[in-house]
Amino acid sequence: MSWLLALPFLIPIFTALAAFPARGRPLLCGSISICGCVLMLGIAIAIMILVETGGPRAAQMGDWAAPFGITLVADRLSAVMLLISAIVGLCVSLFSLSDIDEKRVKLGFHSFFQLLLAGVCGSFITGDLFNLYVWFEVMLIASFALLVLGGDRIQLDGGIKYVALNLVSTLLMLTSIGMIYGLTGTLNMAQLHISLATVDNPVAVSALAVLFISAFGIKAAIFPLFFWLPASYHAPPVAVTAVFAGLLTKVGVYALIRTFTLIFPTDLGFTHNILLGAALLTMLTGVLGAAAQYEFRKILAFHIISQIGFLVLGLALNSPLALAGSVFYMVHNIVAKTNLFLISGTAQRLTGSYELSEIGGVYQASPLLSTFFFIAAFSLAGFPPLSGFWAKLLLLKASMEQAAYLVAAVALITGALTLYSMSKIWAEVFWKDHPKSYCSNLYEIPRTERLQRLLPVALLAFITLGLGLVPEPFIDYSLGAANELLEPREYLDAVLGEGSAQYTGNH
Amino acid sequence: MNSLILQTATRVLVALILVFSVYMLLRGHNYPGGGFIAGLIAASAFALFAIAWGMEAAQRALRVPPGNLAMSGVLISALSGMLAAFKGEAPFSGQWFQLIGDKNSGGISISNVLIFDIGVYLAVLGAVLTLIFALEEAG
Repeated sequence: MSWLLALPFLIPIFTALAAFPARGRPLLCGSISICGCVLMLGIAIAIMILVETGGPRAAQMGDWAAPFGITLVADRLSAVMLLISAIVGLCVSLFSLSDIDEKRVKLGFHSFFQLLLAGVCGSFITGDLFNLYVWFEVMLIASFALLVLGGDRIQLDGGIKYVALNLVSTLLMLTSIGMIYGLTGTLNMAQLHISLATVDNPVAVSALAVLFISAFGIKAAIFPLFFWLPASYHAPPVAVTAVFAGLLTKVGVYALIRTFTLIFPTDLGFTHNILLGAALLTMLTGVLGAAAQYEFRKILAFHIISQIGFLVLGLALNSPLALAGSVFYMVHNIVAKTNLFLISGTAQRLTGSYELSEIGGVYQASPLLSTFFFIAAFSLAGFPPLSGFWAKLLLLKASMEQAAYLVAAVALITGALTLYSMSKIWAEVFWKDHPKSYCSNLYEIPRTERLQRLLPVALLAFITLGLGLVPEPFIDYSLGAANELLEPREYLDAVLGEGSAQYTGNH
Repeated sequence: MNSLILQTATRVLVALILVFSVYMLLRGHNYPGGGFIAGLIAASAFALFAIAWGMEAAQRALRVPPGNLAMSGVLISALSGMLAAFKGEAPFSGQWFQLIGDKNSGGISISNVLIFDIGVYLAVLGAVLTLIFALEEAG
């Protein structure tokens, strides 16, 4: 049991170690990476089944009892995040076989990629605040290495901005962790749920809450802390951007959700108002920023920000339906976003550039790729019956239930503007003729490379379609996850042992 | 940097710093110290060496590429956590092996905690030196 919960980060670490000596042989190295991801996928499914049938599970590392040692906890939210990380990891490692050049593989691309996955999965499974910080650090180091690997000038420029702002976030996080330890004497999240409620110092608790919002807000790229994201995400190879776009900011959102449902459950009005304001402004600025861009990846990068707004919105509204919306939205968005970046990479391969004015004609050259783009892009915009429609519908319904009409209006406007950006890409990249020469056909690419580029895209597109056409089981799962978040009794029991939940009476 | 004073002093200092880093590593078992800080101290010794004698000399002195050092450190740490599997205990549980004498009357025992720390030492040393060497090459 305790081994099963540790495997989500042990597998990527050992895969990274196995891939490192093989880095001189790109194909072998890539295959090791893919095998690791497949294993991860299996483990993630096993954890999901376990959690779905038996409620949240906890494991104590090194046999140190709960509030003192490091606890790993899997509940529905963790399980689904692990599963989706494994899927993204698998797709991107497959894609990277053709996208990452030999120079970068020799420098250890696959090892850093697996370490990044270890950091991401560790963050999702840990039940301890300091351990969360450690995984954030692992993630930061690995992502910085991936960002500057190969050392193009533009990469270093983006890398410096990225690492400087993320270090600020790390510093804030460490400060708040120190403060919360000073106030309560524990860093175990379940224990904090109990202990923080007995702290008779509302000023300190409020200050802490705001510190946590700022620290995780930088990671999640919410308004007004998002500016590092568009400054760095267009710099590295597209496989790297795809995994960043899919997973990194979502770890920040996950940490926000965990913190403001489990650790600060009482402090509702004030923190959730900040989150609500930030969410609305994030949605609008992101989508408006995207409207002003004319580079494929930069448009997508600004849309990451706008989508983060929706995720935080669900947390800010703080009802079961809204949180379920957040969870569903997160899964839908990770899949669609990763896919869009992968497609942009292949479109660049066919047309030679990311600048919208310089490319075109992809629809004529490759209707298949265009179809996949259509699915991912219009799902992002919230077109029925694709997955984004259900995600937005849940959030809209939740805001209507609370008579938050302004919120609903902003969400709808953002949706419309997203549609504008996606139509812009569709018209410029896929529909119009190539302005200079001609767009090479997908079948002019060698067969193996074509498969490596198309398989992950197809898999992600099918997931988007599946989420959209058969939404009920996924919505049920999200509702279950939301209920676990709002009623953490089972979570507390799993971590601290039966009977601990009696303390929660004062909430 | 071509300074006779620095170069001469470095010969003595590097040895001292490296010994001190090992002391910090072992001391960390029961007192403040440990693999992380010891790794940083050892890295500072090689950084000093690089400043005094140049990059190539420092890389020669290290003998192995720093990246390999970092990865073998991670490997040692990760494997030491896996020892618990043989006893069916939770991951990263402390395992103690009695070397001399009796457990209760204060013999000498060795634990996987120490092995974990040695792994951390190598990982930090390797990672920091990778950064320093890369920056030095770029600069």
